Amino acid sequence: MANVQSLQGPRGTKPRRRFSGRNIMIYGTLLFVSLYYILPLWVMVMTSLKGMPEIRLGNVFGPPVDITFQPWVKAWAEACTGLNCDGLSRGFWNSVQILVPSVILSIAVASVNGYALVNWRFKGSEVFFTILIFGSFIPYQVMLYPIVIILREMGIYGTLWGLVLVHTIFGMPILTLLFRNYFSSIPEELFKAARVDGAGFWGIYFRIMLPMSLPIFVVAVILQVTGIWNDFLFGVVYTKPDLYPMTVQLNNIVNSVQGVKEYNVNMAATILTGLVPLIVYFVSGKLFVRGIAAGAVKG
Amino acid sequence: MSGPSWQMRLFRHPHAKIAAIPMILTTLVVFVGGTAWTVVYSFTNSKLLPRLKFVGFQQYDRLWSNSRWQVSIENLMLYGVFALVFTIAIGFLLAVLLDQKIRFEDTFRTVMLYPFALSFIVTGLVWQWILNPEFGVQSMVRALGWEDFVFNPLYDPDIVMFGLLIAGLWQGTGFVMCIMLAGLRGVDEDIWKAARVDGIPTWKTYLFIVVPMMRPVFITTLVIVASGIIKLYDLVVAQTSGGPGIASQVPAMYVYDYMFTAQNLGQGLAASTMMLLSVLIVLIPWAYLEFGGRKHG
Amino acid sequence: MKFKALFGLLAAGLMATSAANATELEVTHWWTSGGEAAAVAEFAKAFDASGDKWIDGAIAGSGGTARPIMISRITGGDPMGATQFNHGNQALELVEAGLMLDLTDVAEANNWKEIIFPKSLLDACTVDGRIYCAPVNIHSPEWLWISNKVYEDIGIPVPKNWNEFVASAPQVEAAGKIPLALGNQPWQSNLAFGAITTAVAGLDIWKAVNVQKDMGVAAGPEMAAVFEAAASARKLAAKSTVQDWNQATNLVITDQAAGQIMGDWAQGEFQVAQEVAGKDYTCLPGLGLNAYLSTGGDAFYFPKLDDDEKEAAQKRLAALLVSPKVQVAFNLKKGSLPIRGDVDLSAANDCMKKGLDLLASGNILPSGDMVWSPDVMTQAADLMVEFWKSDMPAGEAHKRWVAILETGL
Repeated sequence: MANVQSLQGPRGTKPRRRFSGRNIMIYGTLLFVSLYYILPLWVMVMTSLKGMPEIRLGNVFGPPVDITFQPWVKAWAEACTGLNCDGLSRGFWNSVQILVPSVILSIAVASVNGYALVNWRFKGSEVFFTILIFGSFIPYQVMLYPIVIILREMGIYGTLWGLVLVHTIFGMPILTLLFRNYFSSIPEELFKAARVDGAGFWGIYFRIMLPMSLPIFVVAVILQVTGIWNDFLFGVVYTKPDLYPMTVQLNNIVNSVQGVKEYNVNMAATILTGLVPLIVYFVSGKLFVRGIAAGAVKG
Repeated sequence: MSGPSWQMRLFRHPHAKIAAIPMILTTLVVFVGGTAWTVVYSFTNSKLLPRLKFVGFQQYDRLWSNSRWQVSIENLMLYGVFALVFTIAIGFLLAVLLDQKIRFEDTFRTVMLYPFALSFIVTGLVWQWILNPEFGVQSMVRALGWEDFVFNPLYDPDIVMFGLLIAGLWQGTGFVMCIMLAGLRGVDEDIWKAARVDGIPTWKTYLFIVVPMMRPVFITTLVIVASGIIKLYDLVVAQTSGGPGIASQVPAMYVYDYMFTAQNLGQGLAASTMMLLSVLIVLIPWAYLEFGGRKHG
Repeated sequence: MKFKALFGLLAAGLMATSAANATELEVTHWWTSGGEAAAVAEFAKAFDASGDKWIDGAIAGSGGTARPIMISRITGGDPMGATQFNHGNQALELVEAGLMLDLTDVAEANNWKEIIFPKSLLDACTVDGRIYCAPVNIHSPEWLWISNKVYEDIGIPVPKNWNEFVASAPQVEAAGKIPLALGNQPWQSNLAFGAITTAVAGLDIWKAVNVQKDMGVAAGPEMAAVFEAAASARKLAAKSTVQDWNQATNLVITDQAAGQIMGDWAQGEFQVAQEVAGKDYTCLPGLGLNAYLSTGGDAFYFPKLDDDEKEAAQKRLAALLVSPKVQVAFNLKKGSLPIRGDVDLSAANDCMKKGLDLLASGNILPSGDMVWSPDVMTQAADLMVEFWKSDMPAGEAHKRWVAILETGL
C-alpha cells in the first residue's frame, strides 16, 4: 500500500531555474518525442477531412484545403458491408453488447484468481499461475481451432456467451498477473486480522480486498475495454453476422480489396472505431498510472 | 509427513477452491489441453479437418526446410531483440524524463499513451501510409529540398523489419513508459535523499540504485512486451503483408496461412508447436527465478 | 398466467406466419467493394423476389480473411445457409466430411450438365459423381493491361504482345516510367507467373504440368525458359512499390507505369476512372501471345442444416443462382463472365467481349485452384513472391517450384 499512497508527487531532483540548460534539454526531448507520437493522429485526422482528389495530389501531412465531413458521414452511416450500407453504426451496439459482459466477467474472474493466488495458496497454485503466464504467450491464431472444438462441445458456439467466455479466457493471464501483484502489495496483517475475526474467503474478498483495489480495477477495465473493443478475430470467428462487432465493419471498409481505396473514409472509420478506447484513455490517464503503479511494482 | 492428510488439504477452504475452478479449468482445458491437441495433431497429415493419421516428423522436416519459415524465425528474433530492448529502454528513459517535476506531465503522458488504445491493424495502416515513399516522409523531405533523400523502409527487404519496429514502438512504448513511471514513483524518497547526501550523480542513482530496486516492474514489463512480440501478426498483415517478397514474414503468419489458406492443418500445427516450444524455453528459467529461487513466506 | 399463455400463442403465431412467408438464409461471401456488392445485390434481389429472404453476411479482406471464418462456423456446428468458395479444392474436405448439401437433384432438374460452360466448372463442383456447388461466374487471370498514353508520349506503338512489351521496356524506363506494375502480395506474383507460363510455354506444356502433373515436363527446358522470362520480367517491376493490386492498376491508369499483369477484374478500375478500352488502355488476354484463358471463379456451397424448410430454400437458391436472368444481371455488375453460353451479354465492353469470344472458341484451361490443392497454391505463391522480390536465380526457383508441385502429387 505504501507505494499507492506515495504516488502523489514526481520524484527526481528539483528544477532550479526555468530556462536552465537541463530544462531546455528535457522539454526539447519531450517535444521532439511527442512529435513522433502525434504525427500519425495528425495524418489520420487531416486525411479524414480531405476529399479524394486532394488526397491523390500527395502530401499526407498538409492540412486540408477544402474541409469536408463527408468521409465521416460515410464511415458512420453509409459505407457498405456487402449489402448492408449503414456504415459503422451497425456494429456499434453489438460491440457494446459484447464489451460489457466480457469486461465484467473477465475482471471478476481474474481478480478472484489473483486474490486466491496471493492469500489462499493451495498446492500447485503456482503451477497453474505459471501455465497461465505461458498462456499469455500463445498466439491467438494457434488456439483458434481448439477453441472452436471446445465451444462446439459446450454447445455455445456462435452465441454471445461463447464470445464472452473466449474473451474471459484470453484476458485471464495478464489480468491475473496484475491482480496478483496488486494483492500481494496489500499488507498480510490485514488479511490475518480478518481471518482471526472469522471472515471467510468471500467475506475478506468483498469487505477488505475489493474496497482497497479501485486503482487496479481501473487498469483492468482500461486494458480490457481496449483489447475487447479492438478485437476482430474472435468477434468474427465465434459469433454470427447479427452479433458482429464494429471492427468487422472497419475491416470491411478498410480491406475492400477491389475498388478504389477511399483513404479519407478509411481514416474516419479508423478514428470512429478507436474513439471508445481513446476516450477511456484521455479521461482516465492519471488513474491509469496510479493503478499500474500498484499492479506492476510489487511482484 | 507432518502436514494434514491429503483429504483434509483438499477440503480445507472449500470456497477458495471453488473460486479457483475457472482458473484451473482454463489452464488445464484451454492452455494445456489446447497445447496437447496442437502437439498431437502436428504429427498427422491433417488437411482442412483434423484427423489422426500419423506421419511422424514429416511436417517438421518440411517446416524446417521451408525458406519462408526460416525467414520468419530470423525476423522474429531480430524484431524481438530490438523491440524488447528499445521498448524497455525508451519506456524507461521517457519515464525518467517525465519524473523530473516537469510541467504538463499529464499532457505528455497522454500523448505518449494514446497509441496503445489503437489496434495493431490501425497502427499498421497509418504507418504504412506515413512510410510510403510516394506521399509519406520521403516525399515530404524531398519537397523541402533534399532531392536525393531516401527513406523507404517498407520496400527495402534489408530494413523492412525496422519499418515495422517504428510502428510497433509507437504503439507500445507509451504503455511501458506508464509502468516504468509508476515504478519510479514507488521508489522511496529517502533513497533519493541518501543518494544526494552521498553526492552520487543522478544518472548513477538511476542506473545502480533505482533500476535494481525496480526488478519486479521490469519483470512484469518483460512478460507483457515479450508476449506481445511472439504474437506479432496484425501489425505485419496491415503494414506489409509480409513483404516485400517474404522479407517481413513472422511465424504467426505462417501458422495462420498454413492452417487456413493452405488448408494444411498438420503443417500449421507443427509451426505452432515450434512457437510454443520456444516460449517454454524462455519461460522455464523465468518460472524458476520467480518460484524456485526464493520461497514465499 | 392467461397473459403469458396469450403472449406465447401470439409469438408462436408470428413465427409461424413469417416462416410460411419467407425462409431466411444467411449467405456469407467476401464481395465487399462497390461493384461486387452491387453484383451480390442482384442475387439478393432475385432471391427476395422469389419469396425467400437473403440475410447478407459479407466479410472483407479477400478469401484469406473470410475462409477461416466460414470453415470455423461450418465445423463449429453453426453453419450459414450458403457460402462462397473459389470452386475447386477449397471445400473438398468439408464435402467429404458430409457437411455439405448434395445438389445433384437440383442440377438434374435444371439440366446443369448441358448448360454450364465450360464443363470444367461443374467438374470442380463434383465429388464422387455428386454435385455439391453452384458455380456463378468465371474470372480469368491472364491479362496484360497497358497504358496507351505512356507509349504515345515515348512515340512508339503500343505493344501487341508480351515480347514487344518486354522489348519496349528500356525506352519506358528511359522516360522515367515503371515498365511493369506489380503489388507486393504473394498471390499477385503467382498470378503473374501463371500468366507468363501460358504465354511463353503454351497450352500443351501448361496442361502437361498442371493437369497430367508430369514432373518431367515441369523440370524440363520449356519451364526453365518460363523462369528465365519471369526473371527478366521482375527487373521491370523493381520500382513498383505498392501493396494492393488495385494500387498497381492505378499506376497504369495514371500513366506512371506502362503495364500490369492482372485478372479481368482490373477493368473495373479502368471503368471507374472513366477510361475507354482501346483508346486509353489496351487489354491483351493471354498476354497477347497465346490467346488462352484459365477459368477460375466463384461458386456457392450449401452447408447441411437439419431443417427441411431451409434445405428446400437452399435448393431454390442454388437453382436461382444459375438461372439465365440472374446470371446476366450479376455478371454485368461484377465484370466477370457468365457460367453459361446461352445468355445475351451485348452490354459488355470491349475487353469483356474479347473474353467471351475466347470462351466461346473453347481456348480455355482449368484454373490452378481446380488442379492443385490450396497447400500447393500457397507454397507456390510464397516461392513466387520471394522470387519476384529478390534476385534468386531462375534455376534455383525452378528447382524449388518442382519440389513444391511434388508435395501435391
